[in-house]
Amino acid sequence: MLLHRLTDFARREPTTALLAPVFIIALFAGQVLGVSAPATLLARAAIFAIAALSLSFILGQGGMVSLGHAAPMGLGAYVTLSLSMLGFKDLLGVMACAFIVGALFSALTGLIALRTRGVYFIMITLAFAQMAYYAMSSLSVFGGTDGIALPLRSTLFGWPLLRSDSATALLALGLLAALFWGLSRVTRSRFGMALRASHLNEARFTALGFEPLPYRLMAYSFAGGISALAGVLLANLTDYIAPSFLDWHRSGELIVMVVLGGVARPFGAILGAFALIYLESLLGGLTQYWNLALGLILLAIVLARGRFERTARIAP
Amino acid sequence: MSPALLAVQILNGLDLGFILFLVASGLTLVFGVMDFINLAHGVQYMLGAYFAAALIAWSGSFWLGLVLGAAASLAMGLVLEWTVFRHLARAGHLEQVLATFALILIFTDGVSMIFGAGALSINLPPSLAQSVSFANGFSYPLWRLLVIAAGLAVALALWLLIARTRLGMLVRAGSTHPHMVQALGVDIDRLFLLVFAFGAMLAGFAGTMAGALTGVEPTMGDSVLILAFVVIVVGGVGSVRGALIAALLIGLVDTLGRAFATDIMSLFLSRSSAASAGPALASMLIYVLMALVLAVRPSGLFASGD
Repeated sequence: MLLHRLTDFARREPTTALLAPVFIIALFAGQVLGVSAPATLLARAAIFAIAALSLSFILGQGGMVSLGHAAPMGLGAYVTLSLSMLGFKDLLGVMACAFIVGALFSALTGLIALRTRGVYFIMITLAFAQMAYYAMSSLSVFGGTDGIALPLRSTLFGWPLLRSDSATALLALGLLAALFWGLSRVTRSRFGMALRASHLNEARFTALGFEPLPYRLMAYSFAGGISALAGVLLANLTDYIAPSFLDWHRSGELIVMVVLGGVARPFGAILGAFALIYLESLLGGLTQYWNLALGLILLAIVLARGRFERTARIAP
Repeated sequence: MSPALLAVQILNGLDLGFILFLVASGLTLVFGVMDFINLAHGVQYMLGAYFAAALIAWSGSFWLGLVLGAAASLAMGLVLEWTVFRHLARAGHLEQVLATFALILIFTDGVSMIFGAGALSINLPPSLAQSVSFANGFSYPLWRLLVIAAGLAVALALWLLIARTRLGMLVRAGSTHPHMVQALGVDIDRLFLLVFAFGAMLAGFAGTMAGALTGVEPTMGDSVLILAFVVIVVGGVGSVRGALIAALLIGLVDTLGRAFATDIMSLFLSRSSAASAGPALASMLIYVLMALVLAVRPSGLFASGD
């Protein structure tokens, strides 16, 4: 009975079935081997889960495969840096500014990118993210390609909340939970349904008298703003901001997180983010060439999943 | 700016443009024919350069190594198509992004494991490692001129292949109406295999040409891949003619922008603010160009199906 349920579950949710054991093993092995300070790692995973969650929203609900989602995240970190250099470090104010900058960047680039579909959209979002990367690399105020240390961590009403990594981890987890709840509300709202409809059947959506672009642009900008919030927390965690925050490898990692966990499922993005961050830390502790190992694992998962899903579809 | 300096920068721009064309022409066909997003094309560029560097060192002959390197790139393209790409041809774009991203991680790390993370160099034979002098006192490296010549030759050959042969007809038809071509009984998978492997060879060849100028490193494909994407988006997916024109445009705009942005900015701004704003603006120039083209023509200058 239990076995039947398990195989049934694996057939319906092959990703979760494949990923859950990997997730649990990596989580425990990381703790046991002590390859990284647990609080820092937890904070990092939760922060990336926030960014991955926002990407999963536009990807799962709106079908927008953005390969530049690290750009608003990195811009959020640079907003934290520039405000801190000016002496302003109140967390709520910094987050508000970062949200606005991330959303504005996404809105401006989205205006161009969202007129296109498919491979065009993927390439254009990647190109705009790279533009932001090069722009930040060439600003000598922010240390150019080398990056620069964050002068002061953000505070909440003057209280040094983010002083320790465990507090940052708790804050990131809290924000993650709030966003998870909020985004699931948005998904079920009229706006969420319209967004989904614009992606699932654009012709019918338009025929019903809706205009797809405002919905898509709104969602895309909103996701950019949330990603920038993750950037604020990441800057406070690492204390060092470099253009590599906006690197397209980072955008690729965010896509990996979202796809690993299953695209249409917001919880999948969270699971994927934790799995990838812990897996990276675990492999990084074992070998210098951890990217190679990670790549092989990812490739195996994609190819195996394609095969598994094909057989699952054929079977009744 | 003197005329000689301007001429050198224009030649440099054409140089970059033809390298980009070699990379983008194969990639745009893969996108066009199969609607396949291949992030690993930059890896094929990088691998081609490593193959050539290793084979030139092994054979002791530059030309033999060059030819063997191109053959190795072609073989690598075939192997990758058989092992990975074939299984993803009908999957969604997301799976393709994920798998080709994984290939980037694998090969970038794999290459630095085998050859080391530092740069290798491809040593040109003495006959090629010289400069050509022009009348009004400026000289230009011969190899860079050969890159331009090779790019022109490949462009001509590709045009003949695509516009004048039966295979080219199928590729053209496949890039606009793949389902109809398949319904007419053409084995579109084999067409894809050919286009893919040929594109891998061109990318590898481009990597070799560029590697002889700048050195061969594991991450050399990254920036070229993104520039090639910009070229394809500007030129129109699936169009080799669009890729050629857009590649030259991007190459010239990027090179001339980097060379002269600070000078031009200092006409409006103070010396010091021009020195900091110039490079930032220059690095964004081609993306602004892309945005402008897309605002007017959302599917690029030469969209297939026009």
